[in-house]
Amino acid sequence: MINSLFLINPSGEIFLEKHWKSVVSRSVCDYFLEAKEKALEPEDVPPVIHTPHHYLISIYRDKLFFLSVIQTEVPPLFVIEFLHRVAEMIQDYFGECSETVVKDHMVMVYELLEEMLDNGFPLATESNVLKEMIRPPTILRSVVNTLTGTSNVGDTFPTGQLSTIPWRRAGVRYTNNEAYFDVVEEIDAILDQSGTTVFAEIQGVVEACVKLSGMPDLTLSFMNPRLLDDVSFHPCVRYKLWESERVLSFIPPDGNFTLMTYHVNAQNLVAIPVYVKQSISFFECGSDGRLDVTVGPKQTMGKTVEGVMVTVHLPKTILSINLTATQGSYTYDNGTKLLVWDIGKLNPQKLPNLRGSLSLQAGAPKPEENPSLNIDLNIQQLAISGLKVNRLDMFGEKYKPFKGVKYITKAGKFQVRT
Amino acid sequence: MTDSKYFTTTKKGEIFELKAELNSDKKEKKKEAVKKVIASMTVGKDVSALFPDVVNCMQTDNLELKKLVYLYLMNYAKSQPDMAIMAVNTFVKDCEDPNPLIRALAVRTMGCIRVDKITEYLCEPLRKCLKDEDPYVRKTAAVCVAKLHDINAQLVEDQGFLDTLKDLISDSNPMVVANAVAALSEIAESHPNSNLLDLNPQSINKLLTALNECTEWGQIFILDCLANYTPRDDRESQSICERVTPRLSHANSAVVLSAVKVLMKFMEMLPKDLDYYGTLLKKLAPPLVTLLSAEPELQYVALRNINLIVQKRPEILKHEMKVFFVKYNDPIYVKLEKLDIMIRLASQANIAQVLAELKEYATEVDVDFVRKAVRAIGRCAIKVEQSAERCVSTLLDLIQTKVNYVVQEAIVVIKDIFRKYPNKYESVIATLCENLDSLDEPEARAAMIWIVGEYAERIDNADELLESFLEGFHDESTQVQLQLLTAIVKLFLKKPTETQELVQQVLSLATQDSDNPDLRDRGYIYWRLLSTDPVAAKEVVLAEKPLISEETDLIEPTLLEELICHIGTLASVYHKPPSAFVEGSRGVMHKRLPARTESGEGTECPDVGNAAGGSAPEAAPSIIPSQGDLLGDLLNLDLAPPTTTGPTPSTSGMQMGGMDLLGGGLDSLLGGDIGGSPAMGAGFGAAPAVMPASLNAPVGGGLGDLFDLGGGVGMPMGAYIPPKTVWLPAMKAKGLEISGTFARRAGVIQMELVLTNKAMSVMTDFAIQFNRNSFGLAPAGPLQVLTPLGPNQTIEVSLPLSTVGPVMKMDPLNNLQVAVKNNIDVFYFSCQYPISMLFVEDGKMERQVFLATWKDIPNDNESQFQIQDCHLNSEAASNKLQGSNIFTIAKRTVEGQDMLYMSIKLSNGIWVLAELKVQAGNPNYTISLKCRAPEVSQCVFQCYEAVLKN
Repeated sequence: MINSLFLINPSGEIFLEKHWKSVVSRSVCDYFLEAKEKALEPEDVPPVIHTPHHYLISIYRDKLFFLSVIQTEVPPLFVIEFLHRVAEMIQDYFGECSETVVKDHMVMVYELLEEMLDNGFPLATESNVLKEMIRPPTILRSVVNTLTGTSNVGDTFPTGQLSTIPWRRAGVRYTNNEAYFDVVEEIDAILDQSGTTVFAEIQGVVEACVKLSGMPDLTLSFMNPRLLDDVSFHPCVRYKLWESERVLSFIPPDGNFTLMTYHVNAQNLVAIPVYVKQSISFFECGSDGRLDVTVGPKQTMGKTVEGVMVTVHLPKTILSINLTATQGSYTYDNGTKLLVWDIGKLNPQKLPNLRGSLSLQAGAPKPEENPSLNIDLNIQQLAISGLKVNRLDMFGEKYKPFKGVKYITKAGKFQVRT
Repeated sequence: MTDSKYFTTTKKGEIFELKAELNSDKKEKKKEAVKKVIASMTVGKDVSALFPDVVNCMQTDNLELKKLVYLYLMNYAKSQPDMAIMAVNTFVKDCEDPNPLIRALAVRTMGCIRVDKITEYLCEPLRKCLKDEDPYVRKTAAVCVAKLHDINAQLVEDQGFLDTLKDLISDSNPMVVANAVAALSEIAESHPNSNLLDLNPQSINKLLTALNECTEWGQIFILDCLANYTPRDDRESQSICERVTPRLSHANSAVVLSAVKVLMKFMEMLPKDLDYYGTLLKKLAPPLVTLLSAEPELQYVALRNINLIVQKRPEILKHEMKVFFVKYNDPIYVKLEKLDIMIRLASQANIAQVLAELKEYATEVDVDFVRKAVRAIGRCAIKVEQSAERCVSTLLDLIQTKVNYVVQEAIVVIKDIFRKYPNKYESVIATLCENLDSLDEPEARAAMIWIVGEYAERIDNADELLESFLEGFHDESTQVQLQLLTAIVKLFLKKPTETQELVQQVLSLATQDSDNPDLRDRGYIYWRLLSTDPVAAKEVVLAEKPLISEETDLIEPTLLEELICHIGTLASVYHKPPSAFVEGSRGVMHKRLPARTESGEGTECPDVGNAAGGSAPEAAPSIIPSQGDLLGDLLNLDLAPPTTTGPTPSTSGMQMGGMDLLGGGLDSLLGGDIGGSPAMGAGFGAAPAVMPASLNAPVGGGLGDLFDLGGGVGMPMGAYIPPKTVWLPAMKAKGLEISGTFARRAGVIQMELVLTNKAMSVMTDFAIQFNRNSFGLAPAGPLQVLTPLGPNQTIEVSLPLSTVGPVMKMDPLNNLQVAVKNNIDVFYFSCQYPISMLFVEDGKMERQVFLATWKDIPNDNESQFQIQDCHLNSEAASNKLQGSNIFTIAKRTVEGQDMLYMSIKLSNGIWVLAELKVQAGNPNYTISLKCRAPEVSQCVFQCYEAVLKN
């Protein structure tokens, strides 16, 4: 099972180590650092590395490397999932996951890691259970702690660890009982030069924020559950009922959680909300080129497209650029050759356009590679797949909760080739 | 308030400050101090010196403080075993606590303290906890058995814990079941042949019930365990599949992949005409696709597994080609994997789409990826015959871009296309020849030369082209040289009249001027063939070539079957059987897919059989070159599509020494008439290839030994001798004071004693005797005190020791109990000898033996120590250690860190292997010791420390 964990910052410094079995010398990280040196980008470091005595499995997240050391055959996905869980836990407890935050709460992070694994076996990874044992820091509590000398470690027995619903703690009480669901859909798409869709799919997720007293039993139903043929659920969802009746029935965890993720890749169902007309060309001779990009709405179901942003990685041989945007503003970093055009809201009457000239370094040949455009956007109050929540019912408790559903569509990995 | 304040004091007095705070009366101050200690520990500082002070804080009713102290204990108990015993009582008490949280915490922590002495005390509390009324305690105790097994396997078996653990599989609580399974699986890994997880339909049923209710991690353990079960018939197999399928919709990708493993394996048993079989196939696709929208690291593991699944059952994902399209911002390791799967899924139906994508990728930025994309186009052409034409034109387009590495890669794959479809696309040769000058990579050059040789009759200036390569013959890599040789011979056979000179030239270059035996052999063979029977030469050299396989990197079917059983594991990521790389290779059991039951076989419809029949139909059309006729194989050595390089550079490097002597001599012997007796030349030419390899090693070794001897003789005084200490104070021995030390001089162990008479009377009749000890040390002769020892007189005696006395294990290992007698009384004392006295002079291991031994000794026997404040460089350290018979075998430098590998042999034949890491500028060394008798490690380490610091 998982032997050790090292947290490493982008410059290769190990700033936290935790061992669940015998201590593994941190020199084992050298193999990883070697691989890191070889990779062009930190994202490119291979996640599984074989060393003479150990296996190193790492993830890169929030600009940090989470590196675990294992000695025996362990499912790598198990380890990677766990590492992500560690990152999420840090995020959950301290609001962000960064080197500073971890260093600021070193002892608490260490205590948490100790609770999460025992001898390399996962022990308590549910945020509800962890929070019962080790309370997250708040300003008020740290003041009280310093004055009274009490601690953040709970003396009570974490009941969640014993029940068959480990994700929910007992005895939850709220004065305002509310349940909110966000249906968030991300469009992953590749469009080719002519604007035809090479590939498109929707990654959907239903995020919930449930603050209900007692042991509520919820049932969420959809208008068009047929859309969902590829789903994965939070462990709380009763799979049998989904199979037979296509409703989500569950006793929710307390607080924020991801209820379900789904995947729509039937091509006809994926609407592409914007079109992009672009041309990036370089003259055969001389050291000049032109860039001309126009973005316009396509299938938006009558909603406004907001937060539109176009990102282009220009070729390395570009010396300078001189562009004008009819809407929004652009920034260009000559070091990374990254051009970002922040458009904002899309106005169908007056299409935003960015054009101008690119100049190459003197003597540089015509760039070989075609830069591709990455598009960011969001559309409020629309799930682009057409998914709609029908109703939410609550059983098991007497009060009337406040319910709300919000839809949002975003661009995921939305890429236009040139 | 943050924890960063704990790091502010990094001055020298820090430890003392902390010590004071830990012993403070104020609870709050104590806790803060422990927190500071933990904070230092987390960043890797050594705070083990505070052990007793921290342990003193353990008896508290404050839960947080208790947990903190436990954290500390787990980290340092191993280095301070005697101190750790102090904590045992508290643990035992806590195991009786009314609060199950405390009970569980105690048993959990106790298992993490890896000290032998503590484990004895652990047994009773553990037994109670395994039967605790509270499931939380039981589940913690289950894991504790695994921990204990790791420390002392025999104890766990003797105490019957394994049986108790097996009983827990039938526990009423699903989490307890899951943990029991996890613990048993881990234990079973070190006992591959034991029937720890003896699964039967009843226990399977229990596991399946627990599967629905336990945590996600528990589900992984249970699913992995289920995968080892072989159902009795297809009905049982189907019912398990039905109960496992819901796991495919789990949010945790590890659960999903483990479920896929179970289904892939059990599916094998289902009859294919069964409706359920089709349903199951359909159900497998969506979860696999979903894995690809997860984080890149998860995608990578998923893709490696999908690669296997696609080879085993291509029908599952045949409609999902698009999800494998590469995105611009995928990490490179994901891109390469996706590309691989795209080619596997390529078929006539989707080839247009695939080619368009591949062409797009070939213009990307990343060089490795572009190369692989170009290669992929070639593989498509070979795989899907209908697309070959389109592929070739795509490749030609790419060649027109004139991007150097694209052109080279394209030429390499075009060569393969030529082999697969002979006499079809020769029209492109002209275009290829235009790029001749830009080729600088050996593989591309070799490919181009092959093309020129193969189609020599159609290329008008073939001889000129080949001649141009010949100019720099000796600077070419072997691959190119061999290819050039073959190509020119082909040319000669095709156009004998114009190229006689050329062929003479290349044959003499290859046979006379080359040091490379492979090249020479081939040269001689050609020479002989051509000179004896040109017709035969033609038949051999221009023989019809065996077909090249469609898929060059298919995994061999039996391996594939085994890997399918290991989906989701490291084996599946590396595409190697676990036995190939699992550390220590404890005889991993080979897993096999279950056979399909009879019922399905008879009714199997032929088309389904073909589509899903697995490996057999796939393997049939692929004729691997090595199965072709021997000669074809020989001549096309470097042409086999899975880039078989010629001889590896390492071999040629090794031959250099012996080669010049033998080869040169032979050449001159044979002199001018090589042409006449090429057979002899060939015969001799072959010999050096084998001989130097076997000759070189002993010669080198011998020389090395000579030098070593020199080193040993040069500084015989280098051995470390500890300063004399008082062993027996005069107070205790009626006025006789004995101090002494041990030394090893010229291979003989000496006990050097200083006897002082502090009494008023004269002492005579000295004699000495040893108790039995760990290494059988015994006096080799009597104690030579010839003259009586008068009052206030001192005498120095040196007593030679042998190591053939009776043996008994002492504690500590290097303890020696001595009795000294004189005319007054008998006195007893005990002393500790540095174990380096026992290091014998022939303790230098052969490199190879060292490597093998290091691998062979299980990892559990490795112990690691730190040597602090040592200011020697690795050279000096190595010399110093050599003086005490610690021999450096190899040295490696990795990023400024010197790794010294050393061997030691003890007088009783025990070998100790060591790895010493020395970093320039860092006074702290790390040393890892491996020995079959790990008990000696601690003593050996002490020696190291003593030797290095003196």
